[in-house]
Amino acid sequence: MTNMVTVADNPIDCYLRVDRIPHIWCAGCGIGPATGCFIRAIHRTGLDPDKIALVSGIGCTGRVAGYVKLDSFHTTHGRALPFATGLKLGNPDLNPVVFSGDGDLIAIGGNHLIHSARRNIDMTVICINNFNYGMTGGQMGPTTPLDARSTTSPYGNFEYPFNVPYLVAASGATYVARWTVLHLRQLERSIAEALTKPGFSFIEVISPCPTVYGRMNKLPRGLDEMRSYQQRSVIRNGADPKDADIALDGPIVVGKFVDIERPTFWDMCKQMLDRAGMQKKP
Amino acid sequence: MSEDGILCGEFFMNGDVACAEGAISAGCTVFAGYPITPATEVSERMSERLPQVGGIYIQMEDEIASMNAVLGASWAGVKAMTATSGPGFSLMMENLGLGVMLETPCVLVNIQRAGPSTGLPTMVAQGDMMQARWGSHGSYEIIALAPSSPQEIFELTITAFNLSEKYRVPVLIMSDEAVGHMSEKVVIPRVAPEELASRRRPNVAPERYLPYEPDEDLIPPMAIAGEGYRFHVTGLTHNERGYPEMTAEAQDRLVRRLVDKIRLNRKDIIRYEEVGVEDADVIVCAYGITTRIARHAVQQARDEGIRAGLLRLITAWPFAEERIRELAPQVKAFVVPEINYGQMVLEVERCAGKARTLLVPHMGGDVHLPQTILEAIREAVQ
Amino acid sequence: MGVDAADMKLWRTPFDQAEKATKPGKVLINKERCKGCGYCVEFCPRGALMMSEELSPKGYYLAAIADESKCLGCGLCEVICPEFAIRLASNGNED
Repeated sequence: MTNMVTVADNPIDCYLRVDRIPHIWCAGCGIGPATGCFIRAIHRTGLDPDKIALVSGIGCTGRVAGYVKLDSFHTTHGRALPFATGLKLGNPDLNPVVFSGDGDLIAIGGNHLIHSARRNIDMTVICINNFNYGMTGGQMGPTTPLDARSTTSPYGNFEYPFNVPYLVAASGATYVARWTVLHLRQLERSIAEALTKPGFSFIEVISPCPTVYGRMNKLPRGLDEMRSYQQRSVIRNGADPKDADIALDGPIVVGKFVDIERPTFWDMCKQMLDRAGMQKKP
Repeated sequence: MSEDGILCGEFFMNGDVACAEGAISAGCTVFAGYPITPATEVSERMSERLPQVGGIYIQMEDEIASMNAVLGASWAGVKAMTATSGPGFSLMMENLGLGVMLETPCVLVNIQRAGPSTGLPTMVAQGDMMQARWGSHGSYEIIALAPSSPQEIFELTITAFNLSEKYRVPVLIMSDEAVGHMSEKVVIPRVAPEELASRRRPNVAPERYLPYEPDEDLIPPMAIAGEGYRFHVTGLTHNERGYPEMTAEAQDRLVRRLVDKIRLNRKDIIRYEEVGVEDADVIVCAYGITTRIARHAVQQARDEGIRAGLLRLITAWPFAEERIRELAPQVKAFVVPEINYGQMVLEVERCAGKARTLLVPHMGGDVHLPQTILEAIREAVQ
Repeated sequence: MGVDAADMKLWRTPFDQAEKATKPGKVLINKERCKGCGYCVEFCPRGALMMSEELSPKGYYLAAIADESKCLGCGLCEVICPEFAIRLASNGNED
């Protein structure tokens, strides 16, 4: 017997702006489960949600800011990272989380991505990678696999994509992980680790985009993409990020790749102030 | 220097440095910038001084990041500023719009140099004045101030912070390389806390707070991140809750309020200085460094028997159109010297009624000669 | 009681089978939110859910319970649902 209820009843509802649910994401979109993992991760860490500031950019993933009941900022395309940097500078007690998409963070936001990682600013970045620009109809992006179809690569993408974990690790991030949306438990655990770890933490989340990317690449239903993750993903914790390239039909290496210690931006700032005989006011 | 690191006394400093000190006196504690001639000294001074007052300087990877970091810092509750010149000003435009849309108090300094494009990086111009007003996309209203000396840029930086906090709008300081790089005496007074404005805070419980529900003066109280208000704000057209509302009605409500917030409070915002306009036949309308040459030319004209006056714009935007309209019937002409090919002159012309408007353009690189302006004054009275 | 070991494809019986008996969960599906993507159905380890013929107010085919007795209460459906539309009523198996 089916137990159907019409009343909003989900235990994570207290973290959602339920007056805006159901959300705009397509049936089968991976952003929903990723958001759920994020909320459960906050709960798992016991961190004060009042101090978590969520910053997103433009795109389907950018809409997360509007659905999560935290202080949230839906900013301009590609600029979530510097905005979050500003938040952290203005109030070091804040815990900024940048939750945005592959186009937003890696294409237009690419410069800010490498510099934020270099500075090792204490923040967590969740990058939903659905291999295209979903919101605008499925154009190719810097993570679109070679030969994949998109609305702006109708004959197949001929540009090499970024190996995102490699890029971010090389830029100086102290925590780099990749999971697919199917790896729900691991993703939740990774986000919890990232939230509590000082420094720049980056989690790439491979996500289905059934309406555009999937449909244009012979995976028309979300289920098809999810099944393909099931078949293609290989958990290799501690793998060298160099080996994390994703080909159109090739393996998807997931896991926690980098988890190192390095002084954060504030650590270095304090060292400088001590050397110069000054202190930051609280 | 006092114990809290804020300067007080008489100093000999250039405009860039005076601007930085103005920010510090105003309580600015975060500066995010990118080096660009001729504004670099603002950054350098801030990098040296902010740690002394418990603040933080960050050099971002580009001007776009700088503007965004300033917005973020403001939303964390602090006063934040950035400084740039023409090329960086252009880069900041999109996110200036974000600042306007989110109603974020902050200050953006443009030490103007000759353009277009790379232009003359080390030399003066006033070619970004219209860009200050219209540079970002969409319909909005902005406040821009035009200082004419290091002393004035110090004072106007404090004014800029006060206006930005009161009206929850980014305020521009449209200075120029001449003022920025000239060194003069700057008197830095002890600024009393009552002289500094701070954004109005919410006075309701978080559950009842609406981020964009305005008070009677059209300005909404501002919550900041980290205090439990759990607000959502977006660059999309939004309603009073801060949620995106993509309708023509919401657009009308929001955009009208953003513009009226400034327009209807013009009397409080617009500032200008007048010398000898009561009986003037010709009024020289100038701003920034050009006013110093114009003053000289007006004095020379008076010495020749021409009844010339000077209207010095202190706020470039909103434009002092009421005053121009008031003065227009009594004068034969307005003379507008500016270091560009005609920008603020268009505003003067718009309001000048039957009076003539004479532009005295200068493409940039140095300032007008008093003689050039004097010739225009002579022509104007014929 | 517990889940019948014969139902599960295990190569041996768990040593703590007797103490760690799972209790079936009670799955509640929110009709207003479900968009019929099928993830819960596909990834339920026990196949306890199915797609139904019933349409939601927005015109999506709704997911539904196929066999309540198969539910382990693992909560995967709740966690994987992109719409936050599934809730596992408390059965002591959480966390």
